[in-house]
Amino acid sequence: MSTNPKGQRRKYHISQRASQISPSGIRRFFDLLASVEGVISLGVGEPDFATPWHISEAAIESLEKGYTMYTSNLGMPELRQELSRYLRNNYNLEYDTDGELLITVGVSEALDLAMRAILDPGDEVIIPDPCYVSYNPCVVLAGGTPIMVPTNEQNNFEIGAADIEARITSRTKAILIGYPANPTGAVMSRDKLSEVAEVARRHRLLVVSDEIYAKLVYGVEHTCVATLPGMKENTILLGGFSKAYAMTGWRIGYVAAPKEIIAAMTKIHQYTMMCAPTMGQVAAIEALKSGEDSATEMVKDYNRRRMVMVKGLCDIGLSCFEPKGAFYAFPSIKCTGMTSEEFAERLLTEQKVAVVPGSAFGEYGEGYVRCCYATSLADIEEALTRMKRFVDKHQKGGLT
Amino acid sequence: MLKEILKILQSDARITTKQISTITGTPSAEVTKLIKQAEKDRIILKYKAIVNWDKVEDEQVWALIEVKLTPQKDVGFDSIAERIYRFPQTRTVYLISGSYDLFVLAVGKTNHEVADFVSQKLSHIEGVQGTVTQFVLKRYKEDGEIIEEKEGVKRQPVTL
Repeated sequence: MSTNPKGQRRKYHISQRASQISPSGIRRFFDLLASVEGVISLGVGEPDFATPWHISEAAIESLEKGYTMYTSNLGMPELRQELSRYLRNNYNLEYDTDGELLITVGVSEALDLAMRAILDPGDEVIIPDPCYVSYNPCVVLAGGTPIMVPTNEQNNFEIGAADIEARITSRTKAILIGYPANPTGAVMSRDKLSEVAEVARRHRLLVVSDEIYAKLVYGVEHTCVATLPGMKENTILLGGFSKAYAMTGWRIGYVAAPKEIIAAMTKIHQYTMMCAPTMGQVAAIEALKSGEDSATEMVKDYNRRRMVMVKGLCDIGLSCFEPKGAFYAFPSIKCTGMTSEEFAERLLTEQKVAVVPGSAFGEYGEGYVRCCYATSLADIEEALTRMKRFVDKHQKGGLT
Repeated sequence: MLKEILKILQSDARITTKQISTITGTPSAEVTKLIKQAEKDRIILKYKAIVNWDKVEDEQVWALIEVKLTPQKDVGFDSIAERIYRFPQTRTVYLISGSYDLFVLAVGKTNHEVADFVSQKLSHIEGVQGTVTQFVLKRYKEDGEIIEEKEGVKRQPVTL
């Protein structure tokens, strides 16, 4: 018997490392969600499209042919070749298929590997706040210390180079960013990203860049960090197929990075994961070979819904920064005087609409909620109608 | 912009002008103008629902009819086709390449009604050399819509 931090007795010993990371703060909210019927959920984090059929079909065919064994630790050679071609065509980046690319189980694994490969105990990683929920825990699990940099609506939720530089110490090893961003929908402009890159170069820091939403941008261009001058050798580029090709359940991601780093990551990967799922890798090959049209169509569709969501939120009095990427809107709920958790909980019980409290994504997400618009137009409009009723009822007088 | 509006309408004809305006970032008045013009130009022919009649007791018989024509002097295929497509029993009429000339989709209440249409009307039209009628047994997909969609994809209600 031992005790947990709250002093309660518990039966099993749980490592300090695992105890150190907090479970998602909104667990209670999830349980509540499951108990309410007729909910429209804007709380999802994945496409509402099924995987394009030609991609699924390629995987089915591979099963019929018996492609059911392990692949190379690095991933299937054909997939690495297609990926290399993709990075060349899209970013004019040359990555060696033998040693500079690694296929992973989603970006999630890639991120974990990256942190474990580059951090020693006490090393610091600079991360924007708010950010995707797993950045912070992945750093902690690898023994590192996350150093959060506040970002806000006024600077478009872009991380500022000066804010990064002010936090650099002798222990700083990397800057971990994810743009287009979950939860804010923010996209880093080329100029702002160049400033960040400049700081990274000057201080010899790695930039770990989660670019899973790279293809989901609207009216702006996504800049890949590795394409900036001198940055290819300082970047661990993480990407995947989940969002652009509606392949979340296939669990295929990748890393493109300098040889030494890929070698370190591959060691961990081969002992903990062996290889990414074979069927998923076959699907990913098909996605890269001929999924471009499907991806483009989906992006067009998200954009239509984005327009409706953003205008709708603004119309009901929840001011909303214009998200130029991913599929989330991140409206401010400050006019209600509620915390984001309280807002989400009461919106769910009173109007049966699920949104994710911004506080789940960090201290600076407080005052906002994440609304995913990868759902049908009809549901978006119904959700907005219900949210209007909620906001009208709870808006604090004189603050609008 | 018209193409974008047409694509939106083709996937959902009941969408409102206001919604199209929001989606495309085009003023409502402009959207209305473009749609009105497209209707006038017969770019938009009609707004209809895709119905799964099998779910309603009102049964329908569908027949795909291959029609072979005899080319006639001074009368093109168009005028023979017109004599055929004027019949309300025909739902779709295409001129096609291959071993026959017209593809006709005819719909009736009973097999008998469709058979009567073919034997009494269609085959007597001057220029019609022969017909092959195939009755539809089951419809799987209609105008891009899968008729009996299996249980939809289930997403987790919340993911971070």
